[in-house]
Amino acid sequence: MPEKFDAIVVGAGPAGTACAYELAKAGVKVLLLERGEYPGSKNVMGGVLYRQMMEDIIPDFHKEAPIERPIVEQRFMMMDKTSAVTFSYKGMEWAQEPYNNFTVLRAKFDQWFAQKAVELGTLLICETVALECIVQNGKVVGVSTDRPDGDLYADVVVLADGVNSLLAKSLGFHKEFRPDEVALATMEILKLDKKIIEDRFNLEEGQGCTIELFGDATKGILGTGFLYTNKDTLSLGVGTLLSGLIKHKIKPYELLEYVKNHPMIRPYVQGAEPQEYLAHLIPEGGYRSMPKVAGDGVLVVGDAAQLVNAIHREGSNLAMTSGRLAAETIIAARERGDYSEQALDAYRQKLMDSFVGQDMKKYKDATHHFDKFPQYFEQYIPMMNRAASKMLTVDGTPKREKQKQIWREIGPAKEKFKIARDVYRAWKVMK
Amino acid sequence: MNFDDYRGVWVFLEEKDGGIAPVSLELLGAGRQLADKRKTLLSGVLIGEGITDLAETAFEYGADQVFVYDDPIYRHYRTEAFMRAMLACVEKHKPEILLYGATSTGKDLASAVATDLPTGLTADTTQLDVEQDTGLLLASRPAFGGNIMATILCKKYRPQMATVRPKVMKALPREPGRTGTIIAESIPLKETDVRTKVLEIVRATTRRVRIDEADIIVSGGKGLGSPQGFQLIHTLAETLGAAVGASRDVVEAGWIGHHHQVGQTGVTVTPKIYFAIGISGAIQHLVGMQNSGLIIAINKDPKAPIFQSCHYGIVGDAMEIVPMLIEGFQSALGRKEEVNAGKV
Amino acid sequence: MLHIVACIKQVPDTKIIKMNPKTNTMDRSSAPAILNPYDSHAVEEAVRLRARYGGVVSVLTMGPPPAVKAIKKCIEIGADDGYMITDRAFAGADTLATSYALTKAIEKIAAIRPIDLIICGKMTIDGDTGQVGPGIARRLDIPPLTSVKKVAEVNKEEGYVIVHRKLEDGYEVIRSTLPCLFSVEKEINEVPYSSMPNVLRAARYQPHIWSVNDLPDIDRTQLGLKGSPTIVSSVWAPAKPQGGTMLEGPPPQQVQQLLDVVLQRKELFESRGGAS
Ligand SMILES: Cc1cc2nc3c(=O)[nH]c(=O)nc-3n(C[C@H](O)[C@H](O)[C@H](O)COP(=O)(O)OP(=O)(O)OC[C@H]3O[C@@H](n4cnc5c(N)ncnc54)[C@H](O)[C@@H]3O)c2cc1C
Ligand SMILES: Cc1cc2nc3c(=O)[nH]c(=O)nc-3n(C[C@H](O)[C@H](O)[C@H](O)COP(=O)(O)OP(=O)(O)OC[C@H]3O[C@@H](n4cnc5c(N)ncnc54)[C@H](O)[C@@H]3O)c2cc1C
Ligand SMILES: Nc1ncnc2c1ncn2[C@@H]1O[C@H](COP(=O)(O)O)[C@@H](O)[C@H]1O
Repeated sequence: MPEKFDAIVVGAGPAGTACAYELAKAGVKVLLLERGEYPGSKNVMGGVLYRQMMEDIIPDFHKEAPIERPIVEQRFMMMDKTSAVTFSYKGMEWAQEPYNNFTVLRAKFDQWFAQKAVELGTLLICETVALECIVQNGKVVGVSTDRPDGDLYADVVVLADGVNSLLAKSLGFHKEFRPDEVALATMEILKLDKKIIEDRFNLEEGQGCTIELFGDATKGILGTGFLYTNKDTLSLGVGTLLSGLIKHKIKPYELLEYVKNHPMIRPYVQGAEPQEYLAHLIPEGGYRSMPKVAGDGVLVVGDAAQLVNAIHREGSNLAMTSGRLAAETIIAARERGDYSEQALDAYRQKLMDSFVGQDMKKYKDATHHFDKFPQYFEQYIPMMNRAASKMLTVDGTPKREKQKQIWREIGPAKEKFKIARDVYRAWKVMK
Repeated sequence: MNFDDYRGVWVFLEEKDGGIAPVSLELLGAGRQLADKRKTLLSGVLIGEGITDLAETAFEYGADQVFVYDDPIYRHYRTEAFMRAMLACVEKHKPEILLYGATSTGKDLASAVATDLPTGLTADTTQLDVEQDTGLLLASRPAFGGNIMATILCKKYRPQMATVRPKVMKALPREPGRTGTIIAESIPLKETDVRTKVLEIVRATTRRVRIDEADIIVSGGKGLGSPQGFQLIHTLAETLGAAVGASRDVVEAGWIGHHHQVGQTGVTVTPKIYFAIGISGAIQHLVGMQNSGLIIAINKDPKAPIFQSCHYGIVGDAMEIVPMLIEGFQSALGRKEEVNAGKV
Repeated sequence: MLHIVACIKQVPDTKIIKMNPKTNTMDRSSAPAILNPYDSHAVEEAVRLRARYGGVVSVLTMGPPPAVKAIKKCIEIGADDGYMITDRAFAGADTLATSYALTKAIEKIAAIRPIDLIICGKMTIDGDTGQVGPGIARRLDIPPLTSVKKVAEVNKEEGYVIVHRKLEDGYEVIRSTLPCLFSVEKEINEVPYSSMPNVLRAARYQPHIWSVNDLPDIDRTQLGLKGSPTIVSSVWAPAKPQGGTMLEGPPPQQVQQLLDVVLQRKELFESRGGAS
């Protein structure tokens, strides 16, 4: 008779590990399954870890966790082919406790986080792929794995297996993605001397900076790029909706090469040695693409539940919070010995009441909107660059004349009206 | 331990197919240089049954004297029997340096002897030198998967021992008529003292392409793309009458058997011509072929490291270049019929 | 009932190791630590012999504390028990000092349960010598059998084993008294994907951990760096070759140039028959 657990969590990313951690802390007998050689070995993220949601689980984690750099400056670059308009905020309050957020490398961070869960009693099993949920009488009672004698049983199974959750699909919670519901991100980790990083990004020792790239970083395709500073590496990546890649017939690594050689980016990454090349999907369908998140004996958390805020490139924090809320629900269900769908539906409630649900709802139309109206990326960013260039180029033209020229260049009144309308629309989906 | 008692450079002479194994002759070549530098004698140690005559070969390749243990008990290599003889010989005649081929026999024997003496033993050496004044052996070898070279010393014990990879040292040209002293030795060893018995020896029946003996080797790597692509390597090899070599990745992919693998964990080869086709030139591969006479590399990546280690390089697609080469060689060597005949 | 001890080591995965080109040192953090691949075959063979003859499989390692992971891997393969000796005093050991420390641990394990057979891997991918196995055998005064590629028979009652030892051009069938020590080739078996029950057991398993003080009658002068006759005096990057002549021009022209070069050595082709 195979051993039975209280809970099985599939996937040791931020969502699954957060869930296992909380369960183990409450004395629940929990098994955490991971297909990689170790947690994080296959995981991809540009690398901004938000402090608050992690603190909710492990207070003061940054004193011990393998974080790269606390972020003191966030820049936003609106790029054209040979120019960029940049906004930035830098604040010294972010350079000290309690900090705002950090860059991390997932291969290190996930491993550390999982180890913390193990120390509390989680049984972590790596190099094992969960194949599907074992369903008896309409109730999930365990998972089958690719190992000999590999079936595992539990009162409840938590699906934290990431964006392409095969397990949620096999339960029918999920459909196959439409190409406009997922982004494909590719990134490179580039090795560069600590000191050089600090000089190039204008940082003091140990501090970090993030740069978000819009516009020509993705050749106008809906998506963003990023350049983050780690201890002695840089993370450079681009992510675009799959539909955009298909439409523009461009390969993701070509886009990455393009950004790397972009005149606005090249000076930052010059001489850095590629260390790792990674690619991953990001669920960007938002609220409307969320699957069913609770069933009989089963919960879905993190990317598997499509919990990503694409506009603010947040994911790991939503993942952790959802994992934590799932754990709370399971602990309550365990007390009553009731793992039915009705009992577990408390998780969906908690989720929707938390910032996760709130944000998912708030931006429910955002990605879709920008996908439907490509002019934001294709036209307005270049326009902004031309305007800035014109205003700032000192060539003897009076400033009033320059403003007029810029105004004229935008086009006839109809065009101006369209822009005004788009700005209003964008404000509406983002508000 | 008085170091002054230990004099001379010794080589364990391994018997193979009724003669002295090539690696032992190579070691006599290397040992000769060490002995000359130390102004001392070069000796061989021969253990076996009916092998005394082989001492003559050792003299012709540079040995000054050979200690011989000739007894039926040594008919087959057995660790315990050979080790007893070697230990006795070392204790009696006290060499400063003792070298073994890094073959399965040489490594087995050396490990056992080192533990009993005890003394230090450096494995798989690829470079040897000696400090003229102190006699300190500088034994260098690749370490950590060939990523670095390390020089290893044994300062506190004598003799200093090393096993040496076949095919990296050079045997001296044979000098017919050169002679030396045979010193017959024996120890009281009975069959009952030896706890192992060789029941049977099975030689590989199919005569394989011995890549370590071939004059020309055509080697293929992952760049051939598939087992079908790798077929080009076989065809070119047939055309040239060459043996087929391969990188480890190809062997691991199962395109060809392990005995074709060239490199650190495969065979070291020194053919007159070595073709490296679709092979990137990882250090572990290079150490196995870099002493070849003429190295020709074909690779579509101009930055492939193999081009740093070749004599002639072609940047191009193997699928395009190799068929042209096959055709060129076929017409130049007039082998077309033969190859076709071979295929039928 | 056999008691088989497999000696195993955790090693950096030299396949992925990165070098610091400036200092010529290894970036150890870049190489994940794995169970020495050859040793997994040693453990697997022990597990197979247990299935054939019954008994207990123990594994033994000397290494730093994280090497517990390598022991767990062996439990996944199917070992029953794991022993680890770990102590600063062992650090810097060469093969002679390693075989001494391991022998002392084996003696202690044997006092708990007498040992019939010791199995080692052919070699480690970091030490890369294959000397430790025979070293242990000599110290225990049992026969070392290296290059074992098949175990034909183990007969505890009559006290012998019959194995096939790989030779350069074939193999020999050899009979030895028991107890003895094998160093096994990779081809001796294939290590299957471990079963879930073994993996669960491994995840929970805690090995026996001993320090120097736990080993009786140990001579500290024979341990670690102090007890090692060989020392690494210098380390350098293998010489970078300079590169050869790159042939230029369109492909047919390159091929023609190459043919000219090679055919200058026509004697090579004439000295041999057809395809070999
Ligand atoms: C390029 C990129 C940049 C990003 N940048 C940021 C950022 O800066 N900040 C941020 O907060 N978020 C970012 N995100 C999003 C963030 O990475 C995800 O939202 C977060 O990782 C989701 O966590 P998760 O635990 O749900 O899923 P994952 O991290 O994907 O973890 C899933 C785990 O499950 C395992 N698994 C999958 N299937 C199976 C199976 N069948 N059996 C066993 N195990 C399985 C996987 O190996 C993996 O370990 C980024 C994403 C990408 C791709
Ligand atoms: C401890 C250790 C021991 C090892 N021992 C050995 C050993 O003994 N022997 C060994 O070989 N390796 C050994 N290796 C492995 C070695 O590091 C390399 O991984 C291996 O040699 C690479 O094989 P490859 O060149 O065939 O493949 P790759 O490195 O994949 O190279 C393929 C090459 O083909 C080229 N190419 C692709 N397509 C074409 C085309 N159409 N036409 C022409 N060129 C093309 C590519 O540019 C590339 O350079 C060892 C590694 C370790 C860690
Ligand atoms: N530190 C160690 N602990 C346990 N076994 C070892 C250790 N080092 C070597 N061995 C064993 O000895 C074999 C040969 O190792 P080596 O001589 O280092 O090539 C290995 O395959 C192991 O079985």
